[in-house]
Amino acid sequence: MISVRNLVKTFGGIRAVDGCTLDIAESTITGLIGPNGAGKTTLFDIIAGFMRPDSGRIELAGRDITGMAPHRLFHLGLIRTFQIPHAFSRMTVLESLMVVPSGQSGESMVSAWLRWGKVRREERELRRKAEKAIDFLQLSEVKNELAGNLSGGQKKLLELGRAMMSDSRVILLDEPGAGVNRTLLAKLTDNILRLNKELGYTFCVIEHDMDMIAKLCDPIIVMAQGRVFATGSMDEIRRNEGVIEAYLGGDMVGASGGAHQDSRH
Amino acid sequence: MELTGLIGYLIPLLTFAGIYAVLSLGLNVQWGFAGLFNIGIAAFFAVGAYTTTILTTPPSPNYLGGFDLPFPVGLIGAMVASGLLALLIGLVTLNLRADYLAIATIGIGEIVRLILKNEAWLTHGVRGIKGIPKPFDTLSPEVQTLVYLLIVLAIVLIVYLAIERLLRAPWGRVLRAIRENELAASAVGKNVLRFRLEAFILGSMIMGLGGALYAHSFGFISPEAFDPMFATFLVWVMLIAGGSGNNRGAILGALVIWFIWSITGFLANRMPPELMTQAAALRPFLIGLMLQIILLTRPEGMLKEKPPSVTGDEGERRGR
Repeated sequence: MISVRNLVKTFGGIRAVDGCTLDIAESTITGLIGPNGAGKTTLFDIIAGFMRPDSGRIELAGRDITGMAPHRLFHLGLIRTFQIPHAFSRMTVLESLMVVPSGQSGESMVSAWLRWGKVRREERELRRKAEKAIDFLQLSEVKNELAGNLSGGQKKLLELGRAMMSDSRVILLDEPGAGVNRTLLAKLTDNILRLNKELGYTFCVIEHDMDMIAKLCDPIIVMAQGRVFATGSMDEIRRNEGVIEAYLGGDMVGASGGAHQDSRH
Repeated sequence: MELTGLIGYLIPLLTFAGIYAVLSLGLNVQWGFAGLFNIGIAAFFAVGAYTTTILTTPPSPNYLGGFDLPFPVGLIGAMVASGLLALLIGLVTLNLRADYLAIATIGIGEIVRLILKNEAWLTHGVRGIKGIPKPFDTLSPEVQTLVYLLIVLAIVLIVYLAIERLLRAPWGRVLRAIRENELAASAVGKNVLRFRLEAFILGSMIMGLGGALYAHSFGFISPEAFDPMFATFLVWVMLIAGGSGNNRGAILGALVIWFIWSITGFLANRMPPELMTQAAALRPFLIGLMLQIILLTRPEGMLKEKPPSVTGDEGERRGR
């Protein structure tokens, strides 16, 4: 679905992404893990069009999308969420979601003036869709609250809500779990799985929560120093000694119930 | 006698407040909805005023035209000319970050004023243009000014309704989203440049309309009328004081600030001659002081922005 070839991005002297090559296959949930500073978010920024690479090439379903603007990628069916939530602070939760779907006729000034009836009908439809997402994300109590007043975790959920409101088939999730409580996290995980299995959505997930990664992702791509370090299933990654040394502490493997590994050794 | 004197004072006062309300609504589209920092309002105001003047005055050897066209044609022409100027400027500057747009628009305001001053073939230069036709001037002057006031108020109402509709529509919602977070708005597929350009042009057209109303009200224009103090700064104070993002606030702010401005002017003129200059200089200071007080005590303005009730909601309630 997405293929990345020899991507390079430097900031001053730092090679944040350094010849990265990877594939995200259609209808998979691909996990992207690696230590802080491995270049994961930069890679997302580049794929989603928020940053231009210095060199390299990105394809979406065979089409060259290198350096394409985010709003155009959205219309090709690709959306990303942000690690640090980007809320529309002075808009309500409901509005923040209703703004998302494309092709709203009320986005044209002329229709807003002359075809108000049609705009209103669409709005009712949009509202229903947004309320469904809000219920699902358990944000009903704050649906008329300004997004800027939400807690950090709730803002994360709103990020996910925006992705749910789009018709995108490829969703890049940048640490969806950080700051979200356990119960809700389990529900989120289930629903990402459901969207994937039932509707064939493709996900790429950056996450530090290894439980969530283990439950969701296959394959898993490990990045280190701007490059792909290893690729495989969770079991394969766990068995990879290099990965364990480079990144996975013993406690993480232990937490997922795998072979114990102690940093004291 | 007293009463007619008061009315004679009130009519022009309200007319000007109405004209400023139009400008303030135009700025609200740009700043309040879209977060575009335009401090070159004077440019669009002036282009509107000069366009209608050239279109509606009788032919003159002193400047371009005039073309002796009717008043409504002048208004439409003013909007078109300001809109075209905004299109040109917008295409170049709207990709700039907010603070850079502000600097660019200051420059444009000054450029337009210098052109008006120096290109005498077009504008008659510093001597200005007099004899701009007042609509319905066959009526007696008192009735004419009253009719003109009603025209201005009607236009304020039309502009208000037109942009209030837009604010409640998905169009306004996208603009607010862009204002709040440009990155997130583009991540959900919104063409930021397109929406900004639309808001910039629409706001500038409304400012041009305000300029045209000014020209026909006063009957005389010269480059001096469009200095940044009156044509840009005062409009900003009105919008901020009234409540940016709120169209009623924009109108209220124009009324209140213009009243204060006029009353202080009235008082300054009643001062003994030796104090008059000082008193006049005190007026901008008072306005600035009031702005400070408002920003400190009620930063969102007299009427604060509130998210428009979601249209679908209204529909459901009405359906029940």
